[in-house]
Amino acid sequence: MPIAQWIHARAAHLLIAFITCVAFNTHAQDLQTIPPLTAWVIDTSSTLDAAQTQSLEAKLAAFEKARGTQIVILMVPTTLPEDITDYAQRVGDAWKIGRKDVGDGLLLIVAKNDRKVRIATSKALEGAVPDLAAKQIISGAITPRFKQGDFAGGLNAAADQLMARVTGENLALPDAESRSTSQTGNGGFQWMDMAVFLFFAVPIGARLLSGVLGRKLGAVAVGGGVGVLAWVFTSSLLLAGAAGVIGLLFALFASLGSLSNVGRGAGRGGGFGGGGFGGGGFGGGGGFGGGGSSGGGFSSGGGGNFGGGGASGDW
Amino acid sequence: MKTRFLNLLLICFALSLSGCGYNQFQSLDEQTKSAWAEVLNQYQRRADLVPNIVATVKGEAAFEQDTLTKVVEARAKATSMQVTPETLNNPEAFKKFQAAQGELSGALSRLLVVSENYPNLKANQGFQDLRVQLEGTENRITVARNRYIKTVQDYNILARTFPNNLTAMIFSYGVKPSFTVENEAQISKPPAVSFEKK
Repeated sequence: MPIAQWIHARAAHLLIAFITCVAFNTHAQDLQTIPPLTAWVIDTSSTLDAAQTQSLEAKLAAFEKARGTQIVILMVPTTLPEDITDYAQRVGDAWKIGRKDVGDGLLLIVAKNDRKVRIATSKALEGAVPDLAAKQIISGAITPRFKQGDFAGGLNAAADQLMARVTGENLALPDAESRSTSQTGNGGFQWMDMAVFLFFAVPIGARLLSGVLGRKLGAVAVGGGVGVLAWVFTSSLLLAGAAGVIGLLFALFASLGSLSNVGRGAGRGGGFGGGGFGGGGFGGGGGFGGGGSSGGGFSSGGGGNFGGGGASGDW
Repeated sequence: MKTRFLNLLLICFALSLSGCGYNQFQSLDEQTKSAWAEVLNQYQRRADLVPNIVATVKGEAAFEQDTLTKVVEARAKATSMQVTPETLNNPEAFKKFQAAQGELSGALSRLLVVSENYPNLKANQGFQDLRVQLEGTENRITVARNRYIKTVQDYNILARTFPNNLTAMIFSYGVKPSFTVENEAQISKPPAVSFEKK
């Protein structure tokens, strides 16, 4: 059977294509993995002992508490096949350290076996730690000590100088207000879109459903629909319930108010516009979206934007 | 019956508003523009650095004049170019701009290589400082270009997939150009390394 043969031949081709794909994929994944951001000092090269790590941690933690700026030290055995600059960029993009509304994060990366070190600054700190200053810190504080094998000493000195530079910059201090704003993130959910959608869809849906199912049943259906939608989008039952009730009431009022002038777009639009639903009901909902976890441990502020600033050096 | 049909139409309209990607076009278009502005910003930063570098290198008496003039010329060419947001929608102008900046990159890296031969320059703190700044700027250019490429990718995917391509057609949102390398064939070959003394 020629067709069977053809399929056979094709299958072989596909298999080859598939294998090459896999091969290429694994090739692309040869890059060093980025360790999870768990602390101020992350040492995957096991260079620092526990006491050294702890004292550095305590220093950086205290600084973040006092000034808000997040400084993270990462020690890895190697960054190959990547340049330390590219690796640092990837780490910065992945971690995004720095307060959400300020974006002040500093990254100090040491590739021990490559004998390379880099200070990467987020855009907010490019003024506090310009490339030249970063270079001076590397060649003045870090590399002389690293040459003698004193890694903890080099990192400590570098941290001190970096902190002094950041302190000189007049960044906003962490206070209750900025902390609360940084926690009410929208969680990837666009309130604006939702409000626009509901503003259009709810009145129209209410009218249609109340036309089909009758006023009360239609209103219940609309309320339920809005509730389910809110639940799907925000995964918050409380919010979904509130949205559902608002939708229900709105649908009831909407169908009450405009039964008289059916079919006239202008009149209807006026009637619904006054509802104040999109603004009032959902604007207040923003508070539910947050709930950040800042329970003593380290968590990235998520605001750091690393644009390639900083300097590298070797020892 | 007629009103019910009208209602249905209205629902379709409301749904299509979020479905046709119009808002997404607006936001991605704006994002590519700001990513592009960042690229320009970093190129400008480099162009601003060049005169200082040239002045420092000029102090070195016997510096290769040829290399130096090439840098100066490339910078003049790159900065004389008019770049507007419309450049983004004009692949021809985009290509020219990119070629000019590429020329400056080449001239600058040549200058840095040549400067290694001059012990005085290597010992000159001012020159070393400028080197660090240039390095940082080149880095920022790379990052800005990468981000631009990513946003353009998002935008172009949006502009070419159904049903958004219809929206793109109606509002005439074209596909935007992205960065490429000029000498693709050349750099995909492994470099020939020779240790023989000439």
